[in-house]
Amino acid sequence: MESNAAVLTGEHFITGNEACAEGALAAGCRFFAGYPITPSTEVAEHLSKRLPQVGGTFIQMEDELASMNAILGASWAGMKTMTATSGPGFSLMMENLGLGVMLETPCVLVNIQRGGPSTGLPTLVGQGDMMQARWGSHGPYEIIALSPSSPQEIFDFTIKAFNLSEQFRVPTLVMSDEVVGHMTEKVTVPAPEDIKLTYRKTPKVPPEEYLPYEADEDLVPAMALAGQGYGMHVTGLTHDRKGYPVISEEAQIELVERLVYKIRKNRDKIIEYREEECEGADVIVCAYGISARTCLLPIGMAREEGIKVGLLKLIVVWPFPEEHIDQLAEGVKGFVVPEINYGQISLEVERCAHGKAKVIHVPHAGGGIHDPTKVLEAIRRAAK
Amino acid sequence: MIERHPMDQLLREDRIPHIWCSGCGLGTSLTAFISAIQASGVPLDKISVVSGIGCTGRVAGYVKLDSFHTTHGRAIPFAVGLHLANPSLKVVVFSGDGDLIAIGGNHFIHSARRNLDLTIICVNNFNYGMTGGQGGPTTPIGAKTTTTPYGNFEFPFNIPHLAAASGATYVARWTALDARRLKKSIQEAFLKRGFSVVEIISPCPTLFGRFNRQGTGLDILNSYRENTVIQHGADPAKVAIEPDGKIIVGKFVDIERPTFLDLVNEGLKGKVEVSYEKPQPEEVTVPSADE
Amino acid sequence: MDEPSTAEKSRFWRKPLDADELQIPKGKVHIIKERCKGCGFCVEYCPRDVLEISEEFNSKGYHYPFTANPDACVSCGLCDLLCPEFAIYSELIEPEEVEKGGK
Repeated sequence: MESNAAVLTGEHFITGNEACAEGALAAGCRFFAGYPITPSTEVAEHLSKRLPQVGGTFIQMEDELASMNAILGASWAGMKTMTATSGPGFSLMMENLGLGVMLETPCVLVNIQRGGPSTGLPTLVGQGDMMQARWGSHGPYEIIALSPSSPQEIFDFTIKAFNLSEQFRVPTLVMSDEVVGHMTEKVTVPAPEDIKLTYRKTPKVPPEEYLPYEADEDLVPAMALAGQGYGMHVTGLTHDRKGYPVISEEAQIELVERLVYKIRKNRDKIIEYREEECEGADVIVCAYGISARTCLLPIGMAREEGIKVGLLKLIVVWPFPEEHIDQLAEGVKGFVVPEINYGQISLEVERCAHGKAKVIHVPHAGGGIHDPTKVLEAIRRAAK
Repeated sequence: MIERHPMDQLLREDRIPHIWCSGCGLGTSLTAFISAIQASGVPLDKISVVSGIGCTGRVAGYVKLDSFHTTHGRAIPFAVGLHLANPSLKVVVFSGDGDLIAIGGNHFIHSARRNLDLTIICVNNFNYGMTGGQGGPTTPIGAKTTTTPYGNFEFPFNIPHLAAASGATYVARWTALDARRLKKSIQEAFLKRGFSVVEIISPCPTLFGRFNRQGTGLDILNSYRENTVIQHGADPAKVAIEPDGKIIVGKFVDIERPTFLDLVNEGLKGKVEVSYEKPQPEEVTVPSADE
Repeated sequence: MDEPSTAEKSRFWRKPLDADELQIPKGKVHIIKERCKGCGFCVEYCPRDVLEISEEFNSKGYHYPFTANPDACVSCGLCDLLCPEFAIYSELIEPEEVEKGGK
C-alpha cells in the first residue's frame, strides 16, 4: 500500500487498527499525536508511515497527556487531528478531554478497549470504558462516542467521528475494542468524491466583531484559528462569549448549559443505530462493538427455537438513544445487553426502559468474547 | 478621556488593571515580553501565546494576541500541536515554575530534547502563588511555604541546568528588575530557531516573600540589585540559586542545533513522494535591540 | 564655546569636542493613576529621581507617584519597562523644543 494518496480507493484486507488509520486519512486528518499502548499501537504505527506520505504530521509524544493536548493545539491551528489509545491512556487523557470540551475543539480520540481495570489484559478484549467515555472527565458535559464492530465499520465510523466532531465542535470518541482492532477483514474504501466531509464553521465577521463563543441557532459557535488575525483568547476557565474568564454563577449557567444542549438539542442529527427484526419482537438484544457481532449466533439459535428476537446495534453510543429504548420497551418483554463488562450500557437501557421491560445484562470480565450459550440463556429468560 | 499606555495596543485593556498583586514581578515580565515582541518585527497575527495554570498562567488573558489558557502543566504540548500544525506561527509558552517544571516537567524536557521551535518564558517565584503559596520544585531549601511549615526539605531544580541538559538551544535567566536586559533576552529567544528558555526570577511579596520575611516587592527587587551577578556563558550546572547566595543571571546557552522540523524535513527527503516542505517561519531581520 | 557646566566638569576630565551638539533628551512622564498599585518600583529606580510617592491615592487606595522633578526626565523609558501595571510611561519631547547644550 505504498502510495501518497490519502484515500486508497479499492478493496483491502486489513486489520481494524489499520482501517481506523485509513479512515482518519480519508476524513482529512493530517495530524496525529499519540503514545504506544497495546492494542492501539498499530494505529500510530500505520499513521507514522502514512501521514508524511500525504503531507501530514505524526509525532509520538512523551505520554498520553501530551498527546491529548497536542491534538487540541493542532486543531486550533486548523488541522483535523486524532489520537489513539487504550484503557490506561484513556484515563490519562480525561482531564484534557475536558479541556477539549470546554474550548470546543474538534478532534477524535480512539480507544481500542482492552481488559481492565488498571494494566489488566493489554492484548485481550474488553468493553469496560463505555461509562468512562461518557463521564470520564470531571464536570457536567456531553460527549459523542461511536462503537464500530468490524474493520469496515471502524473505517466508516472514524470518518463519521471526524464529521460529527467538526460539526459540533466537540471531541468525539471512537470506542472500539481489541478484537475489532486486531481482526483482519475486507474493507472497501470509496472514491474521495463519494466521501462526505465536514469542516468546522468559520467566522463570517471581521476580527473586531468576532466573539469566539457566540453561538448560532444550533448552539455551535464559529471557530477562528490561530494565525488568522482574530487575536482571540480561549481558556479552560468558565468564560463569556468573548472568551474571557468569568468566575460567576451566571457565566457558568450560560456556558455550561449551552455546551450540554449543543449535543442534546441536536440528538436527532447525531444518534444512529441499526435495527434488525425489532418490529413485533419479544426480545431485543441491544449491543455494540464486537458484542454486536458475537450475539448474532445466539440470536439465530433463539429464532430457531421460535423466539422473536430483534437486534438493536448501537452505532452512536453517546448520546444514548433514550427515546428509542423507551419506545421499544413498550412492545417487548425484555432487553438483553451482552457487553464485556459488569454492566455499563445495560444500566442505560434499564434506565430508559422505565420498568416497562426487563433488562438482562450478560456480563463478561474481559479477555474473550461472550459464550453464545450464555447469551442464548439470557434471551430465553427475557422471553418469558 | 481614557488614558492609554503605549503598550495598550497589545493588551486587552478591558481587563487592565490585572489581578496580580502590588509588587508582583509578573507585570514587569509581561511588559518586557510585550516590548520584546513589538521590537522583534514579527507580524502580531502570527504570534500565539499559550499558558498554563497559575498566576503566570493568567498572562495569556492579558495579551491581545491569539492566546490559549490551557490546563495545568500542559501548555507546552498544546504549543507543540499549534506549532507543528502551522509552522509559520511563532508560539510562545508563558508559564510559571510549578506549571512548567513540576506537573509539566515531562513535557518541558522532551520538547527541549526535540528542539522544537518554541519560546518558553518561565517565571520563577519559588512557590505556587495562585493556590496560596505552596512549596514547589524551585522552593529553596529551608524556605517556608504553606506546605513546608517546618522549612522545605527538598533540593530545588536549577532550571537553566535542566533546560540545557535536555537540549534547549537558548537558555537565559534574568530577574524582573533587569527589565531592559530581560526584554533584549526575550527578543533574542523569540527570534531564535529552536527551543529557547528564559527564566525570570520574580518577587512574590504576598506569599513566598511574606512567609520568608523578604519584605515588599520593592525590597525584593532591591535584594536582586544587591545579589545579582551577570555571568554570560556561565556553566548552567553551576548557576543553582543558593539560599542567601548570589543569583547568577545572564545568557548561559546560545547554540545552534537542527530543530525537530529540520530533522523531519531532512529525513523525509527522498523517502516520501509528496514534497514535504512545510512553510517555514518568515525570515525576520533582528533590529538593533538598543532602540 | 560656553563654559562647561558644573555637571559636565565633574563628569568629563575634558570637555567632549561635540558638547555643543550633544543633546540630552527630555521626556514627559504620564501616570495613569487608576492603574497604579503603589509598588514603588518606578520611584526607586528612576535614574534621574524624577518621581516621588504622592500623598493622594486612587479609588483602590493606592498612592501613585507624581513627578517631583519633571525637568530631570530624559525619557530613558525605564519606568515604562519596570512598571508592572502599565500605569506610567515617558514621552520623548521633540529635540526642537529642547535647548542646545544639554541643559
